[in-house]
Amino acid sequence: MSSLNGTQSRTVPVWQDRVRMRVLSKGRGPALVFFHGPWGLHWDPFLDALAQHFTVHAPEHPGTSPGAPDDIYHLDGLWDLILCYDELLDAMGVESAALVGHSFGAMMACEVAAAYPRRARSLALIDPIGLWRDDAPVRNWMMLNPQEIAAAIFRDPASAGAAHLFPRHEDEEARVTAQVGLTWAMGATGKFIWPIPDKGLKKRIHRVKAPTLLIWGADDRLVPPIYAEEFRRQIAGARIETVNGAGHAPHLEQPGAVAGLVRDFVRPA
Amino acid sequence: MKISAFHLMPHRELPADFEKRYESVWVTPPWWELADPARVGQYYNWTLDELLFAARAGFDGVCTNEHHQNAYGFMPSPNLMGSVLAKATNDLPVAIVQMGATLPTQNPPIRVAEEYAMLDCISGGRLVAGLPLGSPMDVNLCYGITPMEHRERYREAFALTLKAWQAREIFSWNGRYQQLANVNLWPRPIQQPHPPVWVPGSGSISTFDFAVENEVCYCFLSYSGARSAKGMMDGYWNVVAKKGRDTNPYRAGFLQLVTVADTDAKAEELYAKHVEYFYHKCLHVPPVWFSPPGNQDYRSLEATARTPMRFAVNAKELRYRDFVEKGYVISGSPATVRDRLQEEVVKGLHVGNLMVLLQIGSMPHELTLQNMDLFAREVLPSLRPTWEDEGWVNHWWPEKLRNRFEPSSLSPSGGEGRVRGTGQ
Repeated sequence: MSSLNGTQSRTVPVWQDRVRMRVLSKGRGPALVFFHGPWGLHWDPFLDALAQHFTVHAPEHPGTSPGAPDDIYHLDGLWDLILCYDELLDAMGVESAALVGHSFGAMMACEVAAAYPRRARSLALIDPIGLWRDDAPVRNWMMLNPQEIAAAIFRDPASAGAAHLFPRHEDEEARVTAQVGLTWAMGATGKFIWPIPDKGLKKRIHRVKAPTLLIWGADDRLVPPIYAEEFRRQIAGARIETVNGAGHAPHLEQPGAVAGLVRDFVRPA
Repeated sequence: MKISAFHLMPHRELPADFEKRYESVWVTPPWWELADPARVGQYYNWTLDELLFAARAGFDGVCTNEHHQNAYGFMPSPNLMGSVLAKATNDLPVAIVQMGATLPTQNPPIRVAEEYAMLDCISGGRLVAGLPLGSPMDVNLCYGITPMEHRERYREAFALTLKAWQAREIFSWNGRYQQLANVNLWPRPIQQPHPPVWVPGSGSISTFDFAVENEVCYCFLSYSGARSAKGMMDGYWNVVAKKGRDTNPYRAGFLQLVTVADTDAKAEELYAKHVEYFYHKCLHVPPVWFSPPGNQDYRSLEATARTPMRFAVNAKELRYRDFVEKGYVISGSPATVRDRLQEEVVKGLHVGNLMVLLQIGSMPHELTLQNMDLFAREVLPSLRPTWEDEGWVNHWWPEKLRNRFEPSSLSPSGGEGRVRGTGQ
């Protein structure tokens, strides 16, 4: 274990040691696992806020950890990926936890909660993907050019939250690393959702037994808020919270508000 | 050397404001606004007639390729075209060059092995088997293949194809993407051990390695001429040398756009608008579509991010004279075209298998035939002997056609080959 930006970092080998999953952890309290979205893991104020109340574990999606890009080729499909998370939680000694995810990561959190209902004590899904409606197609962010993408993810692409995903880099090396990292993260997550992010969750979602909170950015331009209703309909007892002043990444645009919603939901005052 | 006529089968009558009005020529152009099936039937027949004209005029091969949802070239099945060409050229020493059927989009991919074997049988052993990876637009965007699996699927399908042609015993294929319990191809190709294989690429290092290791002809299908391809082709020849192979020029293929007229001035007058139509409309595609995340492996992705944009030139700002000056198109009198092809392309890139695109964009049928006729009479005969003195064997050409060097190409072209009808 080592220290990285105020977090503890450790790399856990899973899948017959072919996939190295790096996990960043911080905080004290009950365990909370955060599944990041399609643009990679960036430790941000939202996770810092959660770390004040929980032990936050944030694993990196296979292939997105530094030095291990090709690990992703060892996974053929979603089932492999779900099993990797099961192995990871075992290796970390986390029997059950609050599962929180964003976008693609929220789909993964939901898949893990459906596959292993006892692992999820509670489930908080921030603008999840995983379901499909022909009348409201999810926009394919992998086909947007670099100029369009920030404006598609964020209500305000000039916001501080947007800068967490798209920082301005002065030196060339940092710019290249960030650009490659972002593209590769989209490719490595895209492997499990291309070309339509409907890979059978609708057949498994009824297995989710955990209390579930759905958090949606009011101005989500990638996954229309109508999907909040779709998820609520399919998860017994789920509740919706809409976040104003946010697009597809409300935890980055409104970190305080979203951290508050998650905290109150996971550990009621 | 071998010189083949390539055809894209484009939409020849896109509206003047096409590139302003529509997002892309590929994937999303609206059929109902832009095309008419009867008229498109005419295009297909013109395309076949033009390639048959080329075959009769003395070209060594005729090439078709595969694209989908695309107004710049829409032969979703090049093998349907190849089949017509194979049958109609059975009296000619012409190769049927399929450049070709895209492996990752076929399910199962032995379909390509089967159809190519059919073409080899129909043509009496004249097939050149192009085995392309397919573009991201075709494979990822139109056919739904996951970008990160695109190359893996291709490599598995490539190995399966070669084995299916050659295996003496029935075998089972337990692959990552394909499981076939009884592979027993009917028919098998005439050419043994298998038809010559060409692999088109666009400069990625991993494809150089793949081409050399598999002893195939590496082809660069370029729209930006020899000058901008120089670095890339040098990279290929470096890999060839590093892996201890000889410098046989037939290891390389290259596609060049060519227009010929009596004089340079006449060429500009005849072809300028068609060349501009091609670069302004037919290549109108959002750049990001060429590399969806995951399509490039990590190593190539890093290399691309570190080097300046290869396509930094915005072709929409260029005009005919720019395209000619840059060598995107080699255009002019027979002497001009001969000299530039010889110097920039054939010698410059060390290429033995040359493909020329002679029907370009909106170029009408009659003008296309003129271009082909002039090329066949005034350019081709002087290029053909290139490399002869070095004694290389073109292992990547149907064996029965390798030694074609007959004077018929010097005689007036066409003859009964002057196909003018619509064929409908």
